[in-house]
Amino acid sequence: MKYMVLMQFNAEAGFPAIGTWPVEDVTAHIAFMRETSEKLVAAGELVDAQGLAAPDQAKIVRAGEGGAPVVTDGPFPETKEFLVGYWIIDCEGPERAVEFAAYVSAAPGPGGRPLNMPIEVRQVMSAGPPEEL
Amino acid sequence: MAGPLLDDLLRPLVPQVVGVLTRRFGDFAAAEDAVQEALLDAVAQWPAEGVPGNPRGWLVQVASRRMTERIRNEQARRRREERVTAQAPADRRTAPAADDELAADRDDTLTTLFLCCHPALTPASAIALTLRSVGGLTTAEIARAFLVPEATMAQRISRAKQRIRTSGLPFRPPLPGERAGRLASVLHVLYLVFNEGYAGSAGPDLQRVELAREAIRLTRTVHDLLPDEREVAGLLALMLLTDARRPARTARDGSPVPLAEQDRSLWDGAAVAEGVALITATLVHGAVGPYQLQAAIAALHDEAATAAETDWPQILALYGLLERMSSGNPMVSLNRAVAAAMAHGAETGLGMLGALEADARLAGHHRLHTARAHLLEMAGDRHAAVEEYRVAASRTTSIPERDHLTTRAARLAAMILEDPGDP
Repeated sequence: MKYMVLMQFNAEAGFPAIGTWPVEDVTAHIAFMRETSEKLVAAGELVDAQGLAAPDQAKIVRAGEGGAPVVTDGPFPETKEFLVGYWIIDCEGPERAVEFAAYVSAAPGPGGRPLNMPIEVRQVMSAGPPEEL
Repeated sequence: MAGPLLDDLLRPLVPQVVGVLTRRFGDFAAAEDAVQEALLDAVAQWPAEGVPGNPRGWLVQVASRRMTERIRNEQARRRREERVTAQAPADRRTAPAADDELAADRDDTLTTLFLCCHPALTPASAIALTLRSVGGLTTAEIARAFLVPEATMAQRISRAKQRIRTSGLPFRPPLPGERAGRLASVLHVLYLVFNEGYAGSAGPDLQRVELAREAIRLTRTVHDLLPDEREVAGLLALMLLTDARRPARTARDGSPVPLAEQDRSLWDGAAVAEGVALITATLVHGAVGPYQLQAAIAALHDEAATAAETDWPQILALYGLLERMSSGNPMVSLNRAVAAAMAHGAETGLGMLGALEADARLAGHHRLHTARAHLLEMAGDRHAAVEEYRVAASRTTSIPERDHLTTRAARLAAMILEDPGDP
């Protein structure tokens, strides 16, 4: 079963943005994330993992007159929560996906303390028809 | 990998050559790697140089050479590290006499399959290892079939082999006392491969191995090797009878077509005939198992010229037997309720579904909602049916099924608007 595991940053999560952390904490956090992906590969579970550029580089696009794109630049003052990155894992079942989410939730933050950030787990739908047997 | 002709020749040889090397060198994991390398050599050389007179002998020789090189490199590395090489001498046995060779090959194919489907492995790793070591597929092909990166699949296979090694699982046929359980594990893995062929595929893709076909090929091999095992015959018949409907079960736009609405002239008549003959010949022996019962049900569907002619009372009776045999599998009970609705009316089926709602394994499951939606529509309760279709659409994990259920709900809702008078 495939799951998308989404890491959200919440402005009200109780910890500052990573750019303001001491350098050793930033390094530890980055190393943790790299090792996490390596562990997923070693477990035969990694499908994809991506980090997203900061939301102040985001654009909101709507179709305008005749379908022409109408672009609004970020940042969006009302945004309290935004997507930082995601993993797609192929694992035995929902329990394993939840276990993995808890693991990344505890990624080290300032002072090496676990961030315990909220992680969203979503099952990926299959493109095939339902099983028939 | 190498064109269908070379594939047909090479792939049945893979478990045999893995078997020979494992017995010769006493290391399944390394033997399996060496055979994969020999396969790549064959694919590179044979088209240009011609197929050798004895392809199996060629593969054994090349894979053995790879294996010897590997051991030598390993020993050299160990010496460099000034570690004492306590490598046990290869578990070499005397080569079998030529007339024993065929029997040994048959046994090796089965032994390799039993090992790859060992219950110590997770289903996902057993599936991957079976497709490689018994099916003779490359890691890249398996990765593509499961829509994961090749590195991920390579790790999954390597972990499976590591698990075999650390669990000390021997390369030998299962002992008499464990044989029935081990065969059940093998059949379960083949069943999962078949189902994955349905769940994972999104229309024809020439670059991808057809997993349902591969499951049929492997199950056919097991049936040829164990013709008296009736559950093997039952599973093969079930796969043939289910796969026969494939051309009709998806519309041109990719949406699923329910059994009752399929164009039966599109079904694969040869596969139906083979499946029906197989399950008929198997059932005369009595002592049926779950795969045989499911095949018998599939045969009744496939033999009905139109959906209206389906022998629902007989299907209902078979689901009753299957329910008793599958020790309370709620999906079986769900199917029995649908069969009861078809045989005795929607109200009967809805009553049985009501009793199933208490089952925690089924509560909120999209198939429960889908079944109830259909039965409510059948009973003429359109408002409730629309609600159930919508719930089912929000719960399924298949995109084509979600789209189908959503469309169905919208269509029914439009009919209510046009003709609000509830019957």
